[in-house]
Amino acid sequence: MEAKEIINKLPYGDAFLFVDDLLHIDENGVKGSYTYAQNLPFYEAHFKTAPVTPAVILTETMAQIGLVCLGLFLLGSYSDEQKISIAMTSNSVDFLRPVYPGETVIVTSEKRYFRFNKLSCRVKMETVSGELICKGTIEGMLISKPDE
Amino acid sequence: MTEQHIIDELKTIIIPYTEEKSALENIGAHTDFIKDLKINSANLVDIVLDIEEKFNITIDNDSMAKMLTVKATIDVIENKLQANAG
Repeated sequence: MEAKEIINKLPYGDAFLFVDDLLHIDENGVKGSYTYAQNLPFYEAHFKTAPVTPAVILTETMAQIGLVCLGLFLLGSYSDEQKISIAMTSNSVDFLRPVYPGETVIVTSEKRYFRFNKLSCRVKMETVSGELICKGTIEGMLISKPDE
Repeated sequence: MTEQHIIDELKTIIIPYTEEKSALENIGAHTDFIKDLKINSANLVDIVLDIEEKFNITIDNDSMAKMLTVKATIDVIENKLQANAG
């Protein structure tokens, strides 16, 4: 499955889509990028006087690229005819550096295991110049069900 | 391996995945992982992976789907151990 095809299958609307591009994907991992536009709505409030990307949004970005895109790739052709339900079940992330409005991040995810519908990945986020922003483990359940 | 021995091993495996200490203390054949031990489906997968490692067996998808109670889990483990021995 190609990168564009995977991104088109993502279940998020524009307001909550944190994947711009997939640079590489195979059965062992994925690398993708996203740019936080200056006008994203949460910057007005997080924080009132100093806009910084919320850690939960960084985690969500890592999950969308590192877990969900990889999961869609791994489920491959099944996902053509079947509905896929995806849920993040746990994450443990260390944050090293803030991300400001307008910055581009690169997310790299390595599969730890994918068994019994559970995908576990080691994920890191870096700046374009390779500076580490955050890293950790993200896990989720990916279940494909026949269309009703 | 006796049933009690398997239950003891299961108890050790489950410790990191449940906060229900009294249910774990009183674990028995009829203990239900989801209802009694409040374990989610993702951690159930981890428990099954730990069981594979501990008992040196491979669990298939159909067996995994049955492993919702201690009793059903013991049955699967015993079957796989017998298959390995035979």
